[in-house]
This record gives sequence, C-alpha cells and structure tokens, in this order.
Amino acid sequence: MKKFVSAMLAMAVSAALIAGCGGGDKKADKGSGGGNTVKVGVFLPLTGDNAAGGELELRGIKLANKLHPEVNGKKIELVVADNKSDKAEAANVAARLIEKDKVKVIVGTYGSSLAMAAGNIVRDAKVPAIGTSCTNPQVTKGNDYYFRACFIDPFQGTVMANYAYKKGARKAAIVQEVSNDYSVGLSKFFKEAFEKLAGAGSVVETANYQTGDKDFTAQLTNLKAKNPDVVFAPGNFTESALLIKQARQLGIKAPFLGGDTWETQEFINVGGKEVEGICFSSAFDREKAATPEAKKFMEAYVKEYNGQQPGGLTAMAYDAYLIAYNALKVAGTEDSVKIRDAIAKTKDLETTTGMTTLNKDGDPIKNAVIKTVKDGKFTYLDTVTPDDLKAK
Amino acid sequence: MEIFQAIANMTAAGFAQHLVNGISLGSLYALIAIGYTMVYGILLMINFAHGDIVMMACYFAFFGITAFHIPWYLTFVGTIIATALLGVIIERTAYRPLRDAPKNSVLISAIGASFLLENLANYLFSGRPMHFPDIPFLSSMIPIGGVQIQAICFFIPVVTVICLVLLLHIVNHTKTGMAMRAVSKDYEIARVMGINIDNVISITFALGSALAAVGAIMWGIRYPGITPYLGVMPGLKCFIAAVVGGIGNIKGAVLGGFILGLGEILIVAFFPAFSGYRDAFAFIVLILILFYKPTGLLGETTTEKV
Amino acid sequence: MLTVVALIVLFGLSCFVQGEVDAYIRRIVNLCLIYAIIGLSMNITNGFAGQFSLGQAGFMAIGAYMVGIFTVPVNLRADVFYAVPMNPHLVNIYMPLWLALIMGGILAALVAGLIGTPVLRLRGDYLAIATLGFSEIIRIIITNANTITNGALGIKNIPSLNDVRYIFLATAVSYILMTLLLSSSYGRAFKAIREDEIAAEAMGINLFHHKNLAFMVSAFFAGIGGGLYGALLGTVDPKNFLFTLTYNFLLIIVLGGMGSVTGSMLGAVIVTAGLEYLRVFDEPLEIMGVAIPLFRPGLRMVVFSVLLMVCVLFWRHGIMGTNEFTWDKLINFLKHPKFGRKKEVQRK
Repeated sequence: MKKFVSAMLAMAVSAALIAGCGGGDKKADKGSGGGNTVKVGVFLPLTGDNAAGGELELRGIKLANKLHPEVNGKKIELVVADNKSDKAEAANVAARLIEKDKVKVIVGTYGSSLAMAAGNIVRDAKVPAIGTSCTNPQVTKGNDYYFRACFIDPFQGTVMANYAYKKGARKAAIVQEVSNDYSVGLSKFFKEAFEKLAGAGSVVETANYQTGDKDFTAQLTNLKAKNPDVVFAPGNFTESALLIKQARQLGIKAPFLGGDTWETQEFINVGGKEVEGICFSSAFDREKAATPEAKKFMEAYVKEYNGQQPGGLTAMAYDAYLIAYNALKVAGTEDSVKIRDAIAKTKDLETTTGMTTLNKDGDPIKNAVIKTVKDGKFTYLDTVTPDDLKAK
Repeated sequence: MEIFQAIANMTAAGFAQHLVNGISLGSLYALIAIGYTMVYGILLMINFAHGDIVMMACYFAFFGITAFHIPWYLTFVGTIIATALLGVIIERTAYRPLRDAPKNSVLISAIGASFLLENLANYLFSGRPMHFPDIPFLSSMIPIGGVQIQAICFFIPVVTVICLVLLLHIVNHTKTGMAMRAVSKDYEIARVMGINIDNVISITFALGSALAAVGAIMWGIRYPGITPYLGVMPGLKCFIAAVVGGIGNIKGAVLGGFILGLGEILIVAFFPAFSGYRDAFAFIVLILILFYKPTGLLGETTTEKV
Repeated sequence: MLTVVALIVLFGLSCFVQGEVDAYIRRIVNLCLIYAIIGLSMNITNGFAGQFSLGQAGFMAIGAYMVGIFTVPVNLRADVFYAVPMNPHLVNIYMPLWLALIMGGILAALVAGLIGTPVLRLRGDYLAIATLGFSEIIRIIITNANTITNGALGIKNIPSLNDVRYIFLATAVSYILMTLLLSSSYGRAFKAIREDEIAAEAMGINLFHHKNLAFMVSAFFAGIGGGLYGALLGTVDPKNFLFTLTYNFLLIIVLGGMGSVTGSMLGAVIVTAGLEYLRVFDEPLEIMGVAIPLFRPGLRMVVFSVLLMVCVLFWRHGIMGTNEFTWDKLINFLKHPKFGRKKEVQRK
C-alpha cells in the first residue's frame, strides 16, 4: 500500500515537473508573436509509415502559406506538428496544437485513422480541422468540426468502376491492401458499383496483401489465371508500384486502376516503365490548370522545388490551406466557432482542383479527373462529374 | 472444398510460376537468414538489427549508383565493405559493452540498435521510397514456356549457394573459423586458450553484415522500392527461417529460408481466400517448430547445463 | 496513516487536474497512467518472473477491441460498419465501459492461457520471438475479421474518456491488485523462477503453473490497459497494435528497472512525458537568426532511440533496479542523506 502511494506521488510530481518545463519553454518560444499573427496548426505524419505522404503535403501547405501569408492584416503562422503516423501521438499532438499553441484552425492530415484519432479532440475543443487526404467517410460523418479537401472512398471507388465499365471491361479483379482502410474502402465500393453494372460475379478475384509487403507474386499468379479485363488495386504508392511492376513481369496485360494516392513522382520512379498505361482518379489536373489559382500553385511549386512537378497530395494540402484561409478571411475573427461556420459555408471557392463546395457532411463536391501515366508523366484522360454517376 | 477447386483451376504453367516465385523468395530469405544464424551461432544472441543492416545496405547501394555515379559492380563491392564496417561498428557500440551482462539486456540493446537505425534512416533519407536502379540484364525478364522469370531469380540461388560454400569453408577449414567455433562452444575457455575474442566476434559481425549486404543488393534488384522500414518484416521472417532450420546451423538457415519462401507463396496459391493471412504463416510455422522441435529441423539437441 | 493521507491527496490532485488543467496536459497524464498499468503488467512477466515476453501489443489489442466493439452506442454502429455490416449476433450487445474493460482483460488472459501452454516451455530469445509472433497473429486476425472488428477501417465513435479520475482509479485498483499478487507467495515464487529455474523447481515450485499464471495476469492487465487506451483515443484500428508498440513498454520497464513496481511507474511517466518534451527537436531551431538545419522532423525519434541505447548500455539497472521506493527509505534518506546513499552503494 505504501509503495503504491509513493509511486503515485512520484509519478504525479514528475508529471507536473515535466509538463511544467514544457509549458514554460513553449511560452518563451512563441511569446514574440504577439497579437499580429494568426496560428494555423499543421497536423501531418512526418515520421513513421506515412511519412512519405506527410512530407509531400507539408510542401503544399508551406507553399500555400508563402503565397497567402496574411489574412485581414495579420500574418499567418504555421505551427507544424508531427503525428508520427501513430494514433496515440496524433491525439496528443492535436490536443497540443489546440491547448498549447492555441491554433485557430488545423490543416491535416494524411491517413484517415490519424484524423479519426484527432476527431473527438477538435470537436470537444470546438476548433475546426480540414483534412488533406483522409478519405474514410467516418472522418467527417457525425463530426461538425472535421472537414476535408479530398474525395471520400465511396466516390472514388464508384468513379473507377463506372470508368472501367464504360471502357468495355466486364470482368474485374481486385487486389487490396487489407490493412489499409483507404484501400479496403475503395475496393468495397468499386466491387459494389461494378457488380451493379456488369452483373453479379463480374468481380472474379479479390486478393489481399499487407502494408509493407514487397512480394506479391503469389497473389498475382492466381490473378493471372482468372484472366480479368481490368485489375483494381488501390493502395499506398510504394506497395502499388512494386505490385504493378511484378504484375507486368509476370505477363499480366490487363490495365491497372487505382486511387489518387498514386499521383506522386515516387510512384513513377519506383514503377518505371511498368506503370505506363495505368489509370487512377484524381482531383488535380496538372496539364490544364482548372483555375488561375491552380496555375499560380504550379508555377510556384516548380520554382520552389527545382523543376519538380506537384502531385495530387500536394495540391490537396494546398487546397486545405486555402479553405482555412478563406474561412479566416470571411469570418474576420479569431473565434474558432465562427471560423467553423465559415468553413461549413464554403461555396465555389477557387482552389487548385476547380471550384470547391462543401456538402453537409463537410466533404467537397467536385469533379474527378481520370489520369494515366504516359512517357513517365501523369497525363489527363477524362473527367467524371458527380452528375455522371447519378445518371446511371 | 476450396483447395480442390484451387488445384483444379491451376494450370501447369501457373504452378510452375508459383514454384519459381517461391524459390526466388526463399533463396532471398535464406541469404539473409545465414547472417542471423552466424551471429547466433557464435554469440548466442539475436542480432535484431540484422534486418535494418539490410536496409542500410540498400541505401548504400542506391546512393553509390545514383548520387556518386559509381558503376554498379564497383558499388556492390563498396556496399559490401561499407556494410561490414557498419556491422562491426554496431557490435562495438551496442553489444560489446554488454558481453558479460544478462542475456535480456543484450536483447534489449539489439532492439534499441534496430530502432535507432530505422529512425536514423528516416531522418537522413526521408520516408519517401527511392527506386533501386535497374541493373542491366539482371533486372530483365526471361520467359520460359509461359513462365516469367526475372534474370535475377537465377542468380539469387546461385549467389546463395556460393555464399554458403564460402562460409562453410571459412568456418570449417580456416584458422579464424576454428576460433569462431571455439568461441561458440565455450567462450571462457576460448579466451583462456589465447583466442582474441574481440577480434573473432568482430569478424563474425563483419561476415554476417557482408552477407546482409549481398542479400540487400539482391533484394533491391528484385523489389526495387527502398524505404527506411524495409528491413523490418524480412528481418523477422529471416530470423524465423534461421530458427526453423535450427539456429546456429548455416545449412539449416538455408533450408528454413526455402521453407518459408515456398510456404508463403504456396499458401496463397492453394488457399487464395487466406491471402490476407500470408504474413501470419511465418509465425505459425515458428510456433509449430518451437513446439515440436525447439532446436529446429537441423539443430543439435543441447541440454541445459546447471 | 501516511498512506491513507497520501491516497486522498493524490485523488484530490487528480480531481484538480481534471478540473483545472487543459485537455492536452490531461491527455498526457492519462496516457502516463495507462502506460503505467501496461508497463507494470509487462514487468510481471519480464521483470519478476524473468520470462522475456514481447506480446503486450497483442493483449492490448484484445482489450482495446473489446471496448471498441461493445461500447459504441448501438445507434452509431451502422455508421462505423459502413463497408461490411456488423455480425448480427453482436450488433445489439452493448456494455458499459467498466464491464467491457473487465471482459477485455479476461479474454486477453484466456488467450494468454491458451498461448502460454506451448510457448512458455521456451526460454530467452525464443520466447521473445514466439510471443512477438503471437501478437502479430492477433493483429492479423483482427485485420481480417471484418464483421467483428471492421478490419482495417477501424472503429470510431467510442465514447471518449479523458477523465483523469476514472483512469486514476483504474490504475490504482490495477496497481493494488498487482502488488498484492507480487507480495504473496506467488510473487516470491516468480522471483525464485527468475533467479534460478532449476533451483526453484527443486524447491517444489511448479514452473509451468507459475509461469502461466504470471503470463495470464500480465495479459489481463495489458487487456485492461489496452481497453483504457482505446477509450482514451476514441478510436481503434489494427495498425495501432504493431509489435513496435511493445517497444515503448520495454523502454518503460528498462528505464524504471526490471523487477521494480515503482520503477515501472516512474518509467511510464518519464517515457510518455519525455517523448512529448523531445518534440522540441522536431521544430526548426534558430539561434541568433541562423536556422540550424539539423533540427527537422524525425530528429526526435533519433534522439529517443539513442537515449534507449544509452540507458541499456550504461545504466542497465534503470532508475530503481529491483528496489522499491518506500516511505521508510524516503524518511531515512531525508534524515540522513549520506547514510541513505551509502546503503544504496552497499547494495550494489
């Protein structure tokens, strides 16, 4: 008994001490800002499994901040926090951004599970958050304070199923990353939509793999025997690039379809000539600037990163910042609840992916662009509007 | 029954393809497993960081070819040397100070070393995957009667066998090898007999890491996306392969590697519905082996001394 | 006397923390408390019974999913299981949090009992890998069991619990139970096994029975800790419970001292709060207007892993070794600081 109490005391004291130190330091750090800045939290996975995506998105947000540094005469200060691709950390970091750094609005994150871990926190603290590429419908559903700049999984899966059917595919196979919510979500809605169009049993094979796997030859050899017209294989770009490479090496000729995570330079770097001719849905069209803002974004990006081309993730993060920026401007105050209301009312906002309007769940309604890889570059193929899907 | 259906649907070419896939994966596992088994054989400790040494070697080779434009064959030699050095450094800093400490401390230190390498790679090279350069010829595909085989797949078993033979020669027929075996049998007595234990252990680590580098190069050519966490799963599986074969036994490691590689592929081939459980296969094999034959398939039975 | 007073003071403190301190600090304190339970549970097998097990993440997952599956309000479940509907047998079963916690603990203990039978015959490194393997198998099963666990999509809408008092009480109860066990004859048997298995067996201690008991108790509390962790986050998914999660607790018990109850508590606080504090390293640092390029995201984890290594290499016994912190020692120390220190040295 004595031991217990003493242990508890020791814990409490050291907790207080450490927390105290942390607090003191922070104040000293940020004290210089004064009343002339508005703080925007950047909440991204910069280390861990999702570090690759987080880094690309950080570029977008930083670039957006560079082009739009001030709102209503106040400088916007980004507070970047790493959620380590880990949910417990994500929850801590979100609470920290709100309570310690006193940010007015949060932009991020890549990875739906991380966003969900922060969901209750932003809702309880009444600080709005705008997701960059957290596509799981659960993120915004039933949460008035979480919004997003990207598509949701059901939409993308349905878009790709319709596109595949339109192009004459009648037999599809699915290879899903079973431990990735994004991949499972897209696959599920692809299957539903495709079977509705092409009849039951038209999805001839569903194979699974785990995040971090490098060898997919067994699953692909099975798949080859089924001879599908098209393979739907959404997932992380690292795994997907290797998967497609191995599929081509095994002699699978069917086109591969996927989701917007593929739109990164690394996907092409790793996949090489094997990823030529794949299709995926994206919100961002690099060749034809959808808006003047998109043009500005692309030019600035090329200048900032020595001729590299921006990808969809970076554009989405840029858009998320723009939504926050616009809301700050419209609300004209630093009251988080008013900022939230302004975000919810976002309508026909000029973003890099066209005009963005948020629906009642806080998800954007926008066109999907179908893209492919041609000569080592992402190339525009087609556009699918939300109305196209309803018509069928 | 699903399995009968799977067999009925499988064509000869399909089955041959599965076998080829399994053998090439298995020989990669075998190559890395040898490194584990060597270190364990001498020091009786799991070098948890072995998988991460593989990862670092991939990065060495990557930077050698893309950043410094060294021809690939020279880069590979350089990578092997650099990785062997890395292995020795890890041994000196993380394991040597704990040589007389309880086994659990060494295990913890090994876990720490592995964790450090991952975080360091993530910090230095960023989490974005990098493309391991294509090597002329080795990366190309060769079709043989409907079965697609990557040229490297012919080389991996050959390299594995060469490494195996070389290693067996070093261990069984050289003075250093004799010293290694002496240290592994009884390390106190070996010291008394005038063997420089520190040197022997360093050489063991250098050899084990050089093997890891060879494995890493093969791995990089076969699966050309490199990330800081690439060593984690292969590391674990190859350790399991070493245990399955009988840890400390070099031939056993090769056998274990093939069992795991083939098993993983064939389980997906015959039970497609279980493809999501593929990664669990290695662990299930491990537990079965530990339960029925804890010393592994080729391991010697030793009785615990009091 | 002193104990009762201190307990009341501490509970008062937790009420104060709940009422006065912002949600961020509250979250850290809660995480410390939860990690203390799990660290302690891991210490039962690893520190006291001397069986090096790395299965904590798997047992936590069982507890967390028990809470995740059964405490989500029934009317919100359709939202969560939007891809694959929930198993009809489970969809209407609701449990209050405390019940789900206990059930999670019991299930984890049962699984541990089942696993323990083959695995605990192994020693050292083998045991470590086998338990690690089981924790991965548990995670892979959870990933694939869509109708029960919602697979990779995870479970959201768990009523979130960021109440220091509740978690403090749970920690206190777990702690008292574990201390009682460790100071009973069972606890002494565990230590005997740790020191020398063969001697312990010769003294009539049933090795298998005691190891299994330690393993199950450890799993039970890991399950409870995992359940609290799930409730604190408000969402669970399989990726939370990768085997690397176990490393956190390994660090906690190593830092605190393997085989010391109070050490685990201290370790939990230091590791949890320390990780937060180290966040400074991830922020860009400017000294006199010059940005130092060394400081960029990722450095913190490097520093963290270096600290782990340094701790194992140079400070193997951790803060407490196998000693405990008691009032008598504290008073003794305060009265005769020199004398107290000398005693410590002698013990080594």
